[in-house]
Amino acid sequence: MTTQSAEKYRLDGDTLPEGFRLPVSDNEDADEFFVNIGPQHPSTHGVLRIVVRLSGETVVEAVPHLGYIHRGIEKMAENQTYIQNIHLTDRLDYLSAFFNNLCFCMAVEQAMEIGVPERGEYIRVMICELQRLQSHLLWWGVMGMDLGAFTPFLYGFREREMITDIFEEMSGGRLTVNFFRPGGSAFDATENFIPRIKKFIKAMYKSLDEYNTLLSGNVIFLERTRGVGILTREEVLAYGCSGAVLRGSDVCYDVRKNDPYSIYDQFDFDIPTKTEGDSLARYQIKMEEMAQSLRILEQAVKKFPEGPYRSQPKAIYKLPKGSYYSQVETPRGILGTYIVSDGGTKPYRVKYRSPNFSNLSALNHAAQGLKLADLVTIMSSMDFVIPDMDK
Amino acid sequence: MSAETLYPLHNGIGNMVRSLFPESAFIINPIIGLISLVVLVSSLAAVLILLERKVAGHMQLRHGPMRVGYHGILQPLADGVKLIFKEIMQPKGADTFIFYLAPVLPLTATFLVMTIMPFDHHLQLADPSGGVLYIIGVSGLSVLGILLGGWASNNKLSLLGAMRSGAQMISFEVSLALIMLLIVMLSGSASLRGIVLSQEGLIFDWWIFKFPFLGILSFFMYLIASTAELNRTPFDLAEAESELSAGYHTEYSGMGFAMFFFAEFVNMFVSAGLATTLFLGGFHPPLIGISIIDGLLNLLPGFVWFFGKTFFIVFVYMWFRWTFPRVRIDQLMSLEWKMLLPLNLLLLTLGAVFMMLGWAG
Repeated sequence: MTTQSAEKYRLDGDTLPEGFRLPVSDNEDADEFFVNIGPQHPSTHGVLRIVVRLSGETVVEAVPHLGYIHRGIEKMAENQTYIQNIHLTDRLDYLSAFFNNLCFCMAVEQAMEIGVPERGEYIRVMICELQRLQSHLLWWGVMGMDLGAFTPFLYGFREREMITDIFEEMSGGRLTVNFFRPGGSAFDATENFIPRIKKFIKAMYKSLDEYNTLLSGNVIFLERTRGVGILTREEVLAYGCSGAVLRGSDVCYDVRKNDPYSIYDQFDFDIPTKTEGDSLARYQIKMEEMAQSLRILEQAVKKFPEGPYRSQPKAIYKLPKGSYYSQVETPRGILGTYIVSDGGTKPYRVKYRSPNFSNLSALNHAAQGLKLADLVTIMSSMDFVIPDMDK
Repeated sequence: MSAETLYPLHNGIGNMVRSLFPESAFIINPIIGLISLVVLVSSLAAVLILLERKVAGHMQLRHGPMRVGYHGILQPLADGVKLIFKEIMQPKGADTFIFYLAPVLPLTATFLVMTIMPFDHHLQLADPSGGVLYIIGVSGLSVLGILLGGWASNNKLSLLGAMRSGAQMISFEVSLALIMLLIVMLSGSASLRGIVLSQEGLIFDWWIFKFPFLGILSFFMYLIASTAELNRTPFDLAEAESELSAGYHTEYSGMGFAMFFFAEFVNMFVSAGLATTLFLGGFHPPLIGISIIDGLLNLLPGFVWFFGKTFFIVFVYMWFRWTFPRVRIDQLMSLEWKMLLPLNLLLLTLGAVFMMLGWAG
């Protein structure tokens, strides 16, 4: 049996496919071969291609190849006004579209010195926490599916649908929304907003218990995730990981606590951390984060104030010369927006610091020496959304 | 009176053929038997596919098939039509003969095992005295089909899936054979009919309860080993879609794919049927020793009990599939070689001791 890829990737001497760094095995009998995971592969949600060097079924090296959905969003940003740019941001990480909107708006607010009224901040916090839950629900289902359990996928969608409906009513969009503006949001909260959230919180607490019964305590699930893809404290810091990957390895850093933005400092919530650094730790942290988000929502619903939802906006934004940076804690980690302005209506340069790109860089290290199936587990536990690493 | 004389292996249709055509009955009877088996196997596949989708639908809080016919009852027919009209594609560089041979083998294995399944006193095509050995021998064909299919596809993921599944099925075959051996030892017969007849009497005479305390354990071990043998979740490593795209059948389309799945579904029925035969008293009703209730239970014919018990086990297999995640290949292997196999040998030894002391049966 000869294949074209075997010709291309023949291990004759020193040639290895692009990107691989470990030397060719000294062992003459080593039966190493290369397998493509992606781009159309079912476990690379979005379009990621990973070339895996396998010895039997053991991963020797995994090299991600990016660029399959590259859309040049950072370059496009230079030709659009600041307001127009907001709608490009939600195409980045479509599961945290509101966070991306918010991050861009915060950078503009910082530059223009615009404040946000209290009601506007409450809307922002509530919507963002709903989005975190929405994103985590999809992640939870997908994690189950990647481990071979299809049922969680559909269970996760049940509650996710309730949140998506709230978003639809608020902003008109269900996935890629264009909602936040410098100084607040595009629209005020609808009258159904609070009752719907109350209903959702009640349903979600019950569902969280159900999820834990279905997956979290399952012995096969524990066997598949415990001790798989361990990253130490030093490693996650070196790779620049953030989000659950960082906190799973015993580094307690969450932008909401350590560099508070919006009104997060007014709420009482915990940042879960774990010391193990394995896939199970990352899983448990994300499950706990869902409970914490519900706590924030409960507090916000009680105190939701009346008043203006947006400070008086300026007609055209012209950012003063200089560079501005803002960061938010998205469901996957730190998203940073860096804007360089030359004083015009359009940014001179925009750069996004995306959480997934940094998390992906740790994948090879975490998966080395484990089985092919573990690679999938690690990818799931890190919760990649590809468009934002592939800007 | 022994059970064999009470229920001789005769049936009405066979007797009629024998009296009408005394000369050629030996050829007409097997043909009738084979045709009825073909009908049974093909209708079973349709029923099981619909059942799987219905069970999945309910467990996953969705509708399942509802459109075609009443409650989607014609869905298997629609699926069949769709699969027949799909183009069969062969990858470049595939081994043509083996590529097309492979899907036939698992189906053949399933069909061959069905020939000796005791559905009722009078419903069994053949009853070889070494029935259990025959099953162990014949079921190897399905491993061969999967291995060849994966190898001939000229696809690395298929090859990986096939190799995994070969290792997995052969390993669990050992456990399965040992469990069957235990029952053969206890019942003193290797014919499936003999095994069923050895469980005659009350529900406590079934091997699951009769073999003191350990019958339930070996029954659960049978369930685990047979799930692995069936390549079903949580042991569906051969076709692990998140790792291997679709494993050994990645390159199969249309009827080639359908035949693999046809075999898998009927195989599920066969495994459940064997569990019924070995542990749950086969076609015997679950009598509890109270004459009024027993009389009512006895009204139902044996094959109803057989199919009832078998479909219950089938439901359990489906239940596994829609609630469990998948194990990893090394975990699967250590489960077999480090847990199931030693436990089986221990049970076999205990079984022998119990037999000598006269405790078991």
